[in-house]
Amino acid sequence: MKTTLKIARYQARDVVRGRWLVLYALFFAGVGELLIRFGGGPVKALLGLVSLVLVVVPLVAIMFGGIYVYGGREFNQLLLAQPIDRRQLFAGLYGGLALPLAAAFVLGVGTPLAARVVGEPAQLVALGTLLLAGVFLTLVFVALALLVAFGVQDKTKGLGVAVALWLALTVVYDGAVLLVVTRFAHYPLEHPMIGLMLLNPVDLARVLLLLQFDVSALMGYTGAVFQRFFGSTLGTAVGVAGLTAWIVGPLVLAARRFRRMDF
Amino acid sequence: MIEILGLEKRFGAVRALAGVDLRIATGRVTAVLGPNGSGKTTLIKGILGLARPDAGRVVVDGVEVDGVGAYRRRIGYMPQSPPFPENLTPAEVLQMLRDVRGSVEQPDEELLVTFGLEREMGKPFRTLSGGTRQKVNAALAFLFDPAVLILDEPTAGLDPVSSSALKDRIRRERERGKTVVLTSHIMPEVEELADEVVFLLEGSVRFAGAALALKAEMGESSLERAIARMMSRKVAA
Repeated sequence: MKTTLKIARYQARDVVRGRWLVLYALFFAGVGELLIRFGGGPVKALLGLVSLVLVVVPLVAIMFGGIYVYGGREFNQLLLAQPIDRRQLFAGLYGGLALPLAAAFVLGVGTPLAARVVGEPAQLVALGTLLLAGVFLTLVFVALALLVAFGVQDKTKGLGVAVALWLALTVVYDGAVLLVVTRFAHYPLEHPMIGLMLLNPVDLARVLLLLQFDVSALMGYTGAVFQRFFGSTLGTAVGVAGLTAWIVGPLVLAARRFRRMDF
Repeated sequence: MIEILGLEKRFGAVRALAGVDLRIATGRVTAVLGPNGSGKTTLIKGILGLARPDAGRVVVDGVEVDGVGAYRRRIGYMPQSPPFPENLTPAEVLQMLRDVRGSVEQPDEELLVTFGLEREMGKPFRTLSGGTRQKVNAALAFLFDPAVLILDEPTAGLDPVSSSALKDRIRRERERGKTVVLTSHIMPEVEELADEVVFLLEGSVRFAGAALALKAEMGESSLERAIARMMSRKVAA
């Protein structure tokens, strides 16, 4: 555990000093500020950020994570030639990558909004949920990035797989669900829909958000179904549990691959 | 003593190591030679546990190579290409290696001084030249007074002054009883440094023994010619 934290600390330092992380935080801070000033205040800014977060956070986490891991492959050789266990290095890599990304997201989104919603409990909860969902998505998609980067040897191919995975989970999946729904409109689809939603981390994050924002109609078909089925408390619990599974599952697979691979 | 017993490794259809048996003696400099793709780096990575063998085993000073890697405390490794995180400095990577090793002793920074790296220690790697990175790479292998030094093409990319300094250091380590394993394509350098020579071809050991014995066997006065003669014999045979 101690070794893992040491590795994560240096890794995080390297990540934080890269200018991409700063740009990422500034991006969210800038968009948030613009939405507050010209989009009609903090409530509308939060809503606007929701759709952005669901698309941008997965993209940045999986691409940045993938590029970073491929770039660090040779340094891993030097680290693995030290008296450390592969599990420690794996955990250090994940922590050192996911935590700075999550922190940059929280700072970027939180900075323009926190002061403006502090007096409004409902908005504060909404902001908190947005931050939570974004952090979860970061943790999920960095885990997927490690899975892809350690699973596919070739960097170009691996980054292609990462983009395809992002596209599938953020765009294609909801479209496919909608297609199924229109095709089988005469059947009772609610329960299969719930199942389909649990299979996609972006849908799960969307559910967490819509349960707080009460804008189910804006959040795609799967979101509307979910809210009717679960209601707020149980829905949040299911969302958090599903997202946690989406972190643990890919991480376990990636770690197993990492332990067996050649460097 | 490093014992390699029946080591086999495949990468897809390529047989990188086809059953290598080898004893690498303590207190000697052993050069692993062979054309590109003959399995030199895979052999080194097998000793370090970086490449997982399909069959066979490696024993370093009586300890079997495994995943946990406590035996690597005794090893100093210099990989082929300088692979450092861009935004960290040499001083930070040095500290990182100390931290993960849990090393409390003062590291041996002599090579850093010899290479004149003191002024570069605080600059991020992305601003350092390829040669400077390679000097850092070399110096890191010697930091923790390792009993075994594994150096993959140690002088590649170094200027003549640094290259000579590194070779002097390697010779001194041998005099202190350290085991040194290195790969190189520069035959005069091998001749200068190596007591023992291992020649790999297509993943198999074709010769293992004293450098002098190889020259005598081939009837050549230089190692380069002896190796060339051996290769042409193999082709003819």
